[in-house]
Amino acid sequence: MFANFDFDVIRRALPYLFLDGMTFTLTLTALSAVGGITLGTLIALMRLSGFRLLGRIAGLYVDFIRSLPLVLVIFWFYFLVPYIGQWLTGSPRPIKVGAFASSLITFIMFEAAYFSEIMRAGIQSISRGQPAAAQALGLTYSQTMRYVVLPQAFRNMLPVLLTQTIVLFQDTSLVYVVSIPDFLGAASIVGQRDGRLVEMYLFAALVYFVISCVASFGVRRLQTRIAIVR
Amino acid sequence: MIEISHVSKWYTPIFQALKDCTTSVAKGEVVVVCGPSGSGKSTLIKCVNALEPFQEGSISIDGIQINDRKTNLPKLRARVGMVFQHFELFPHLRIIDNLCLAQEKVLGRKHDEAVGKAMKLLERVGLKDHAQKFPAELSGGQQQRVAIARALAMDPIAMLFDEPTSALDPEMISEVLDVMVDLAREGMTMMVVTHEMGFARKVAHRVIFMDKGEIVEDAPKQDFFGKPRSDRAQKFLSKILSH
Amino acid sequence: MNYHWNWHIFFEPNPTGAGTYLDMLLSGLWLTIATSLCAWIIALITGSMIGVMRTLPSKPANLIGFAYVEFFRNMPLLVQIFLWFFVLPELLPNAWGLWLKQLPHAPFYTAAIGIGLFMSARVAEQLRAGITSLPRGQKQAATALGLTTTQSYIYVLLPIAYRIILPPLTSEFLNTIKNTAVAITIGLLELTGQARSMQEFSFQVFEAFTAATVMYLAINIVVVVAMRLIERRVAIPGYISGK
Repeated sequence: MFANFDFDVIRRALPYLFLDGMTFTLTLTALSAVGGITLGTLIALMRLSGFRLLGRIAGLYVDFIRSLPLVLVIFWFYFLVPYIGQWLTGSPRPIKVGAFASSLITFIMFEAAYFSEIMRAGIQSISRGQPAAAQALGLTYSQTMRYVVLPQAFRNMLPVLLTQTIVLFQDTSLVYVVSIPDFLGAASIVGQRDGRLVEMYLFAALVYFVISCVASFGVRRLQTRIAIVR
Repeated sequence: MIEISHVSKWYTPIFQALKDCTTSVAKGEVVVVCGPSGSGKSTLIKCVNALEPFQEGSISIDGIQINDRKTNLPKLRARVGMVFQHFELFPHLRIIDNLCLAQEKVLGRKHDEAVGKAMKLLERVGLKDHAQKFPAELSGGQQQRVAIARALAMDPIAMLFDEPTSALDPEMISEVLDVMVDLAREGMTMMVVTHEMGFARKVAHRVIFMDKGEIVEDAPKQDFFGKPRSDRAQKFLSKILSH
Repeated sequence: MNYHWNWHIFFEPNPTGAGTYLDMLLSGLWLTIATSLCAWIIALITGSMIGVMRTLPSKPANLIGFAYVEFFRNMPLLVQIFLWFFVLPELLPNAWGLWLKQLPHAPFYTAAIGIGLFMSARVAEQLRAGITSLPRGQKQAATALGLTTTQSYIYVLLPIAYRIILPPLTSEFLNTIKNTAVAITIGLLELTGQARSMQEFSFQVFEAFTAATVMYLAINIVVVVAMRLIERRVAIPGYISGK
């Protein structure tokens, strides 16, 4: 079955796969996670703010994004971002947006909807006495959120946030649909060029598997440690 | 110091939590509020520092209206200490940081100054050695003493206690009450929601009895324990003093 | 924005010669529904078996279930689809591989099975969580009545567990529908794929994607409403209040 396997194809492609492809994938994952969690936290705060209109808008955004396939959202932003850029900069034609910037915007906007649900659950899991005690000490709303509620919500939800980040890491492979060379895209390019799709896809699968496994193992250990501290 | 006049509060249009409550706490006075559960006593004390909104009436602290839109509530609350039934220490912060947070963020004290103040208060409540621990590592009674120290760190002009001992195991109640008695004897203005009638006998100046959202009895301690005027207060007292 | 909107595009004939652009999108919609239903059936059946295995009092069964879930959870769906579509036929004996490659509707079968197995790992996790959330006494009571392990699962544990996990299963079904869009990469002309080809033929990017978006929203609403009806239908009186 593996008799006519060409392992040398993989060896020769390693620098390209990792220095270009994996670097793109990991950078995109990290920045999208940071951006998504930040934006998601803001959305969650909007939903819980008590301003009905603001909460409505945030809720609609979350429900809207969450009912669309990521592939469709990637297409949307891929075509839409140049027009938004044109509108923002006032240039006469749609501006050119790089592959990285376009994917980053897409993933931040998409993942924010999912992260906001996690943060919302985290904020709601904190007993009402906590913000009351903070306010009784004279802390303002934003100080209460910043020093008392959000640190606890973030800490309680850390395993879930990290698990979602592993999902995000896997989801970045979908930029394939707009021909952006992330790790999977790079593997695919090499595989098609050398007629060695089998080797390249198997290798890509193995790499994703190992990284995700190690990461989720780490999350599980973190989870048990947090459980002990509490 | 604390003036409560004609305060009414509705949770829903039909359910009235407070009915036309009027009372006051003078400077240096210790007032105990008691009554059956659901009588509105916790709601009333939470209205005093605007943790609960109310629809009618007014409350003022040290001459400042709390239901005035122009009042800076965080600033006012910083001057009134509050102790909660479930302690509400911040579980993600060490004991020392629980005491320093509001000192630094609200009063703008320097970190060293805040730590100095915090250590002095921890020593006073007998928990100096626990400064570096997290709240979950302390017993309930210890946590509540920390919570009192946390409120005192703000140099409050008055202290509110919302059933401070009712979530505690019996053997821990006295260590918390001792701290409160000392505080009362030093002349702190205190409003205390509690069932601890021993505490009331010892240090209270006045006792307020509430039932179904109303202030039924508001009398000097001697009168209240001597012969309450209302039936409801008599019944309540006989129930909690009969054992 | 100098984009030229043309909402009439949907009623213009599409380049395949069979009907309008709207017909094209609708055929994509049907394919999305058909693919996700097939995938969901596979996910439910395999996922249930694996989920049960993970709760059985048998080390080997636990281990197999664990390995299965980890295998399908730790690879991107797109990579899994590629493995089934491009890699599997090459790894099989020649004759089988050839047969697979010449199979009509290969993208459809690949998508249904690939997405079905991917989702089965998630269904398994949900079911396991549902079963383990049941009070231990349930299993013990069933055993005490003389039921075998199989019987206690069929008559006691699973009927309750499925009801508990109905809401998360709804969102997993919605995920299945959304995931069918990934099959665009192996040439399946489901809804997103048809919108994409409409965009390529007509250059009306935003009309095409808007229409697809509206259709996805409609599917979501239908599924959510339908599941809510089912939830109410199967609810056990007084047990799990239909959240």
